[in-house]
Amino acid sequence: MQYRKPPRWLWVAAIGCLLIAMGIFAPRAALADSGPTTPQPSHVSTADHSQFPSLQGPFENATDVTKACLQCHNEADDQVMHTIHWTWEYKDPVSGETLGKKHDINNFCISITSNWARCTSCHAGYGWKDNNFDFSDATKVDCLVCHDTTGTYKKFPAGAGYPVSEPKEFPPGSGKTWNPPDLANIAQHVGEPTRANCGACHFYGGGGDGVKHGDLDSTMANPPLAEDVHMSPEGANMVCADCHAESGHVIAGSHYNAHPADTHGKDLPVSDGNPATCESCHGNAPMKDPKLNDHVDKVACQTCHIPAFARGGKPTKMWWDWSQAGDKARGVEKDGHGWVTYHFKKGEFVWKENVVPTYAWFNGYLGFTTEGQKVTPAADGLIYINKPHGTPGAADSRIYPFKEFRGRQAYDPVNQLLIVPHLFPFNKEDKTAYWKGFDWAKSFEVGMETADLPYSGQYEWDETVMYWPITHMVAPAEQALSCSECHSQQSRLAGITGVYIPGRDHNKPLDAVGWALSVLALLGVVVHGGLRIAASRKTAAHKS
Amino acid sequence: MKRLHLYTRFERLWHWTQALLIIGLGLTGFNMHGSWNLMAFEQAHWWHVRLAWGLVGLTAFAAFWHFTTGAWKQYIPTTERLNAIAHYYLVGIFRNEKHPFKKNEVSKLNPLQRLTYLGFKVLIAPVMILTGLLMIYYNLWPQWGLNWSLGTVALLHTAGAFLLLLFFIVHVYMTTTGHTVFSHIKAMITGYEDLPEEEVAAAD
Repeated sequence: MQYRKPPRWLWVAAIGCLLIAMGIFAPRAALADSGPTTPQPSHVSTADHSQFPSLQGPFENATDVTKACLQCHNEADDQVMHTIHWTWEYKDPVSGETLGKKHDINNFCISITSNWARCTSCHAGYGWKDNNFDFSDATKVDCLVCHDTTGTYKKFPAGAGYPVSEPKEFPPGSGKTWNPPDLANIAQHVGEPTRANCGACHFYGGGGDGVKHGDLDSTMANPPLAEDVHMSPEGANMVCADCHAESGHVIAGSHYNAHPADTHGKDLPVSDGNPATCESCHGNAPMKDPKLNDHVDKVACQTCHIPAFARGGKPTKMWWDWSQAGDKARGVEKDGHGWVTYHFKKGEFVWKENVVPTYAWFNGYLGFTTEGQKVTPAADGLIYINKPHGTPGAADSRIYPFKEFRGRQAYDPVNQLLIVPHLFPFNKEDKTAYWKGFDWAKSFEVGMETADLPYSGQYEWDETVMYWPITHMVAPAEQALSCSECHSQQSRLAGITGVYIPGRDHNKPLDAVGWALSVLALLGVVVHGGLRIAASRKTAAHKS
Repeated sequence: MKRLHLYTRFERLWHWTQALLIIGLGLTGFNMHGSWNLMAFEQAHWWHVRLAWGLVGLTAFAAFWHFTTGAWKQYIPTTERLNAIAHYYLVGIFRNEKHPFKKNEVSKLNPLQRLTYLGFKVLIAPVMILTGLLMIYYNLWPQWGLNWSLGTVALLHTAGAFLLLLFFIVHVYMTTTGHTVFSHIKAMITGYEDLPEEEVAAAD
């Protein structure tokens, strides 16, 4: 007896089921967020500043321009003076630490203390040349560095934030002349900050183009699409402030208070107060492929979408060895690219471009070292000036890309302090600065004294590390990391714990048992088959 | 010799579709696992998910078909003469003995097959499909109130994959143990198998 024959409609249903299951597979497409909220076009001003009588000039100096600005923008000074751009100070609400450039130590130019006039050329103010700068003097706010639209306003690199008032050469002997800017013209052409405004300082952190960040250099003023989809004129043509949105001159997004896990998502219609994260525009499920969206609880957007940093044709500094400085016979050395690999004032450098980031779990806290904070070398012999904090697999942490920057700098083993070197002379007579006297002992003595810190007189050159979060230079989608960059035995995330990464991770006993049994099964069937062949031959021979 | 119509058109289509899907799933799955590198991870994943949905669709329909047609009764487990069958494959087959199980259109699976296929249907397939779906819907776990580790689910899925690989090796080999080397495979293609009279059970 044959069982009941299936009706014809069952056949149609069977093939239908298969086609539906295999074909239109997009069960969660509806879950994906729609595209990013598009940035607003640059605002059209309601005022033509060139018509204002108070901006006709001539201005004797830059502070006079500030006074003119404040006649109308009478809240601006107070606003600016409460921001990190002015105070260079950040009070961490979680740890309670007082951080910021005013206090931090790094492994580039080490410390601003005792070197003010050089470092404060990037202060949004005028005249911070020593410990006595008056942070309550509104006329010392520099409006123009952020709001100049002519591209002609330049703060002198060693002028404590002022532009020059008469032509001056810098660096000395370079033949490069810095001319006084036409302040009246600039004042009449102020506007919202462009990429170049922010870049004037942020592209040159660490004392030169691309030195510090790795994802910010002068190529980002007009990057090609392949370098940065957001800021490229061929792409979204966004300015920094489109993400680093401001309110009352307070600017969102800072590595002192990073948000690698923004589960709030889109900041419209309701903001979580930090519109600078990727998720603020793109939401928490921005990819078309739902499996890619499965990564967002563990992996920061930047990890896949910034395959490498320093991609614009300019290198970033990866190593800075201060201990080698002082050899005037070596002078300045360059490599085949024309990149400076030795400078007698600064020591040895290593530059790299297209650098694959270092990855770490990151909850937004970097734990900076400040002047006077005791540090000791870790077990690996390195002094960690900062380090990404984060808990593997935790809800507040994501796997995040960093530029790991190493260098060698002076350390006082007795007081367990990184030494504040006095590099830049206080004035023309000052010979204690290293860049004048080339005497480290004197430089350290004066630097530490100026910082009001103890100094034993003993120093050693220790290797230090810093981590710089990589968040700019977002590549076009097709250049995002392929799966196998992480899902393989050669995974970029080889050192990352707390997450199961298919293709990287195996349960070793299971795999061993599984393959062993499979080989045994194969052997078993081969032996069984062989015996059958032997037995049948015997039978055949017997029959014949 | 007697010609038996053993496998219906649906059974044959189901079997071979399922075979292709599972082979594809194995190739792409172990590729993603890092066991071999026939293709890039993204390709392996792209195919694996689509083949998996194909298998889910096929399984759903096959289950429906089994119940509507009564074919499920083929898999009612029994231990009757299981020892005799085990003895046949371990000893008798080398002595040219006859297979102790006599089949017909109504009862075409021997007890060993019944147990094996039932194990596949009620244990391996559901575990593979469930753990696979869980991994596809990974981001919805919190919504579903699940607080499992991906590693554990992946471990179960991998364990199931190894069981399937073992099944595949033995299953393919067992197809050669018919009346002739290819008679079982031929039966699964044409639906008909020619069997000596003594290996055919009397119809009910």
